[in-house]
Amino acid sequence: MNEESLWAIFVNAALVNNFVLAYFLGICPFLGVSAKMATAVRMGGAVVFVMLVSSVCAYAIHHLLVAIGAEFLQLIAFIVVIASTVQLVEMFIKKISPALFRALGIFLPLITTNCAILGLALFQTNKEYDFVQAIVYALGAGIGFTLALVLMAGIREKLEFATVPDVVQGTAIALIVAGILSLTFMGFAGLGA
Amino acid sequence: MNETPLAKPAAAWPMYRALVGIGMLCGLLIVFVYAGTRPVIEANRAAALERAVFAVLPAATTRRTFVLTAEGGFERTAETRGELIHAGFDQAGTLVGVAIEASGMGYADTIGLLYGYAPERDAIVGMQVLTSKETPGLGNKIETDPDFLANFDALDVRLDDSGTSVLNPIETVKQGKKTDAWQLDGITGATVSSKAIGNILAASSSRWVPLIKQRRADLDAGVINEGS
Amino acid sequence: MKALDPTPSTPTDEFIKGLWRENPVFVQVLGMCPVLAVTNSAINAIAMGLATTFVMLMSNTLVSSLRHFIPKQVRIATYILIIATFVTIVDYAIEAISLDLHKALGAFISLIVVNCLILGRAEAFASKHSVGYAMLDGLGMGVGFTLALLCLGGVREILGNGSLFGVALFPAGFEPWVVMILPGGGFFTLAGWLLLINHLQRRRQQASAGMQEVAR
Repeated sequence: MNEESLWAIFVNAALVNNFVLAYFLGICPFLGVSAKMATAVRMGGAVVFVMLVSSVCAYAIHHLLVAIGAEFLQLIAFIVVIASTVQLVEMFIKKISPALFRALGIFLPLITTNCAILGLALFQTNKEYDFVQAIVYALGAGIGFTLALVLMAGIREKLEFATVPDVVQGTAIALIVAGILSLTFMGFAGLGA
Repeated sequence: MNETPLAKPAAAWPMYRALVGIGMLCGLLIVFVYAGTRPVIEANRAAALERAVFAVLPAATTRRTFVLTAEGGFERTAETRGELIHAGFDQAGTLVGVAIEASGMGYADTIGLLYGYAPERDAIVGMQVLTSKETPGLGNKIETDPDFLANFDALDVRLDDSGTSVLNPIETVKQGKKTDAWQLDGITGATVSSKAIGNILAASSSRWVPLIKQRRADLDAGVINEGS
Repeated sequence: MKALDPTPSTPTDEFIKGLWRENPVFVQVLGMCPVLAVTNSAINAIAMGLATTFVMLMSNTLVSSLRHFIPKQVRIATYILIIATFVTIVDYAIEAISLDLHKALGAFISLIVVNCLILGRAEAFASKHSVGYAMLDGLGMGVGFTLALLCLGGVREILGNGSLFGVALFPAGFEPWVVMILPGGGFFTLAGWLLLINHLQRRRQQASAGMQEVAR
């Protein structure tokens, strides 16, 4: 049982050890989706949702595998369940709220290869969080991801109007901005300790 | 006249065959490697633990692991997980001290450490950082800075009169400002990390030191009752 | 009815292409996510690169050997199954070889499974070529990937810690540029390399455009 307080876990996941800016997880969608604010917000929302669902599944799988002594199947079980979860979530949302489904659009399937989701499952298992801690961790991670995405989108929208040298355009300038954002987030270190 | 043939629906059998067949093959591979590496991994872990225990309990030559039972006592165990403490004994079989694992939040991520508590001296006599992701060159000085490590040669954790809690909880002070034996001289430039060590030790010692003092007899008995 | 395997180029070519022309990190810009976090030192970078190379080699081999056995509809699922198996294997192997390395790399070893590079090669190449060529492709891409990681890890360690592979390069008075070891440094270093490569490619394009002008 991990001794951290819920507040500490949340702050740690969202700010101090932000999944994108500190762990480099979810870079692909981060660079790909952060060009426009509207898409960034929607992607962030989808990620929070999938993270919560995956966190619960990962918790259940881990304890099931430990109970039957098959821990070595953990990675395969995680990846299979995450992929299926996204499929199920997609179908579920389609049924329950077609409007929401249209709003999320292509982003839901894109989340499957998002390293951040698997990273969440692995980290929470390594840290031996109990159920409530895991939920808070997932919430923090998702919100942190959304925050980073939204900040990035805001900056990139402004960058459209700036003169960026040819050689830096595209991925390079996005990475530099991400690096600066990462440095700023370091200011949160020690918070929640 | 040509009839375009109807597209056949995807045959189910080849799909099941592939998924299940490959699934079983993969499962076998993993089990094979798991079985092969498990003994090596366990041995490595045990060796690393031994090294750490002897590092924080310098006078010890043998180690025995105890687990905290439900009634609040200690009994010998061969487990590697759970509420464990590692007691170190010298050649004569006398208890030298107890090595306890503790962890807590540092600057970057969780810090895990092992510290040695000597009941005879009412003090912590050694500390080693086991896992840390602190900033290289800054926070990770907690692992190597000789002045900081000197803090742990005789860190006062004596109990109060009731014997149920540590009289002076461990605290970290600014570098050079240490005045009492239960204080830690921090590291300038690694304040959060050194404070974290202090907090981890304070929390852990306030829990374990009274327990160990009270149930000291369990630990001594653990060695005496050994068969071979 | 078996599809004809497309005519492959020479074996050496298949191996070499992964090193430079189609380098996964710098040219294809693939598969960076799970590994940037562990390029804060050259040793970690190489270990990560080698682990990824192993997984890619083995999964390419298995995918290629089973390519006629896997129906199209379930191919992605089976590829992921195969990749996850070898990642689990490499995880245990690293833990058995060096506990310290395993602690340093942590959960990122397991994250190799979501490295888009491996799945990409399985889908784009291994499923369509014979085992020999698939192995060479996996090996080449893996080595190219490892070299790229080494470029990142080496620069970060030299600037951020004043050492390479743990060996101190500068005299004791050297003040390391710590930001390079931190996550921000990872972003900057990758951006720096991409910048350099962009610049070189433009120079080459201008040079060949200039030569064409002269030839006319």
